[in-house]
Amino acid sequence: MATIEHRPASGGIGESVLRKEDAKLIVGQGRFVDDLVLPGMLHAAFARSPFGHARITGVDRSAALALPGVAAVLTADELGIAGGVPCASNPTGDTRQPRQPLLAEGIVRYCGEPVVMVIATNRYTARDAADAIVIDYEPLPAVVDGRKALAPDAPLVHGQYPDNLCCTLRHETDGFEEAFAAAPHVVRSANFNQRITPVSMETRGVVADWVRASGEVTLYTSTQVPHFVRTFVAVINETSESKVRVVTPDVGGGFGAKLNTYREEYLACAASKIVGAPVKWIEDRSESHNATIHGRDQHQQYEAAVEADGKIRALRFRAVQNNGAYLQLLTPSISHLTVFMVPGPYAIENISIEVRQAFTNTTPTDAYRGAGRPEATHGLERLVDEIADELGLDPADVRRRNFIEEFPYTTSVGLSYDSGDYGTALDRALELACYDTFEERRAEARGRGRYRGIGLSSYVEVCGLAPSAVTKAIGISAPGWESSTVRMHPFGKVTVITGSSPHGQGHATSWSQIVATELGVPFDDVEVIHGDTAFAPYGLGTYGSRSLAVAGAALYRSVQKVKEKGRAIAAHELECSVDDLEWADGRWSVKGSPERGATIQGLATSAWVAANLPPGLEPGMEATTFHDPPNFTFPFGTHVCEVEIDPETGRVEVVGYVAVDDCGNVINPMIVEGQVHGGVIQSIAQAIFEETVYAEDGQLRTPTLVEYQVPSAADLPRITSDRTVTPSPVNPLGTKGIGEAGTIAACPAVVNAAVDALSVLGIRHLEMPMQPHRVWEAIRNANPTGAAR
Amino acid sequence: MRSSIRITVNGVEHDLEVEPRRLLVHALREDLGLTGTHVGCDTSSCGACTVHLDGDAVLSCTMLAVQANGRSITTVEGLATAGGLHPIQTAFHERHALQCGFCTPGMLMAGAALIEGNPEITEAEVRQGLEGNLCRCTGYQNIVDAVLVAARETARA
Repeated sequence: MATIEHRPASGGIGESVLRKEDAKLIVGQGRFVDDLVLPGMLHAAFARSPFGHARITGVDRSAALALPGVAAVLTADELGIAGGVPCASNPTGDTRQPRQPLLAEGIVRYCGEPVVMVIATNRYTARDAADAIVIDYEPLPAVVDGRKALAPDAPLVHGQYPDNLCCTLRHETDGFEEAFAAAPHVVRSANFNQRITPVSMETRGVVADWVRASGEVTLYTSTQVPHFVRTFVAVINETSESKVRVVTPDVGGGFGAKLNTYREEYLACAASKIVGAPVKWIEDRSESHNATIHGRDQHQQYEAAVEADGKIRALRFRAVQNNGAYLQLLTPSISHLTVFMVPGPYAIENISIEVRQAFTNTTPTDAYRGAGRPEATHGLERLVDEIADELGLDPADVRRRNFIEEFPYTTSVGLSYDSGDYGTALDRALELACYDTFEERRAEARGRGRYRGIGLSSYVEVCGLAPSAVTKAIGISAPGWESSTVRMHPFGKVTVITGSSPHGQGHATSWSQIVATELGVPFDDVEVIHGDTAFAPYGLGTYGSRSLAVAGAALYRSVQKVKEKGRAIAAHELECSVDDLEWADGRWSVKGSPERGATIQGLATSAWVAANLPPGLEPGMEATTFHDPPNFTFPFGTHVCEVEIDPETGRVEVVGYVAVDDCGNVINPMIVEGQVHGGVIQSIAQAIFEETVYAEDGQLRTPTLVEYQVPSAADLPRITSDRTVTPSPVNPLGTKGIGEAGTIAACPAVVNAAVDALSVLGIRHLEMPMQPHRVWEAIRNANPTGAAR
Repeated sequence: MRSSIRITVNGVEHDLEVEPRRLLVHALREDLGLTGTHVGCDTSSCGACTVHLDGDAVLSCTMLAVQANGRSITTVEGLATAGGLHPIQTAFHERHALQCGFCTPGMLMAGAALIEGNPEITEAEVRQGLEGNLCRCTGYQNIVDAVLVAARETARA
């Protein structure tokens, strides 16, 4: 078998080292959940609700049970599990948290809710059996729009509550109304940040193996949070956490959708226990569009009180967040992240915020790449452009005048921004985008019959989640620290075990680079293990652009502990004081006598031999760290987009895109740029292509990749990516996080560009996604005669 | 009811007994253990299951195993030769054209077919040619660049 060679220069921090993850993935030797086969393994399939809201009046399983190869047909009654899918978020203290049963109990509340689980010898038979089950439904009135759900006469999603309100998030600074009234201009803006479907290329999937004789259960699952899954499987399936092992093999993307625990994880464990065999379930793509969380779905209204020069004196924000039918792991916290980022990168001292969260007959929403922060940035950056438009100012100038300039800075919602230099990133983006000469390009395009526009987006995001005291204070019942173990083997090779759980981010490579630099060992001598709760110290997982800022810091600290242990052994062997030693190039040596020293690999051998250790020092060269960050990190940047619009078709084409991001210090620039590309494109996809649509009765109208338009290479532009570097003081590596920057920044840049392009027609606003029919209609409505302008 | 088929996969002949409705991708993955070929959707939309059938890129989830009877199939496991990796595999690594790696086998197989005998292919042609393959991680830019690099490399080989 041919293999690739890693060709690192030194493999250290700051180099674009090629990824060690790639070798197996490019020859088809990745191991994803669906690739796993266990002895005697059976397959699961589900009968799911075809209605958005209905009462179940009968279930006839006889035809399914009669099929050869069917091992079990399970309803909620057979399961007998009292618990439900957990929600770890209660941001208001009185957030309504309706139970989400594993299988529907009498009522289905969204299209795709699982009602019956079938276990059979293969996936074809399981599907046949699920389709053979006859379920009688009595359809009930449904509501799918968050605003309509909060109307007084709306159908109730959960009959035990008097209305569909989940909770209300509120925050207002003292003297807000006076400050608002004092400014000469008021600018209003409204947006719908539409619902979207995450679409990781690998759907969810599980293999559960419950060994009845021992009570041990191993769950292989495609997740971002293996330890969370283990904890909750122990709770819901009523066993001991020490009996549960969760293994996360290669994961084909997550984007927040796998920052969760799902019914099928608990159900597969329960079913494996019942049938006495391993059970595999692999989500179909069409099933996934119903059964995996959606993102966004937030209606927003802004009112800004501004000075004539565009300075924002006070900002009022009102929103309705559509939570869907149930709460998943962090559902109520997602729009809480929106609340945190309402002021964005601007010094807005007076603020008033109210977000009402609604239950509807739709798939639950939860974290999708950016998770509440894209919503905040989109609304704010559209507002800033509307301020510039109404006051006749340059949008770049309005941004510059409002930027926060001194750091650390405590915002009007109470966050402390760690470091920043927003103006430099803006200037760099404008320079790369040739902002000064844009009008020439606009005129040239007009000569070709096309409308060309340019749009900016400046952002700051909250990453590095999170100080554990803060997660508790904001109502999340899980901490925010991360763990690492660094283990040196007898001859100096290194194993890193990280509590984070990557799914494409390249941790094995970046973590190896950190060890190579900090421990002075070759890049190829480092192996990184993750995603197996039997190996790893408890970890909180990979999400919220947190891994490098939190898990990276945990790794850094474990490396330092190992290094210091090596120092103690070196001092003992060299018969000097530890203070007489200095560190360079992977060696401790006596100051002034560099030939008298020992390599860290040699010291690892000494620690293993253990025959000549300092008194009281334990053998072995290994350290574990649980790192709780002292603050969040706050990456930032400015993106500039140029679009051209064909008025005949309404097609919006991105013809230029510049991303200038500042994620602090960078371990691997190639990986960072890859994250920017992916994030920007995912956000352009939301701006122009993607929308999850429900009919009024709760039917999902985008149930497959045929109706739901994920763009391809043919639809998308090249990205020009650059960075400024403002290290974070929050962690020893000075890193901030980059995973979500593109998804946060791009939507408003694209929409601002499209609105700018059509401003000549008097168009001031476009809703996402800016699909051709919608843009064509806007052009036609603005210019009914079709006369050239 | 089962049908007997004979297919050649990565140069090795296999005799299989399959249900007539069995998808080719399941025969490859489950009957032959070649799990490099992935299933990403159920509507022929994503291209993750792309393999070569007698040299042409096809979707193995949109074809029955019985339809492949007597035909020759190459999967991602058969893309490299004794002489080493296919240039597109090397280019994907060197251009950071994969992140999670789930779409990668399909991208490699679609890309390899696209550049075969077409070393001067343009960026626009690559983008059009990969229209049937979705990637959610990379934003496509590095994939497109890798395919172009591999195309030029095949001309030099």
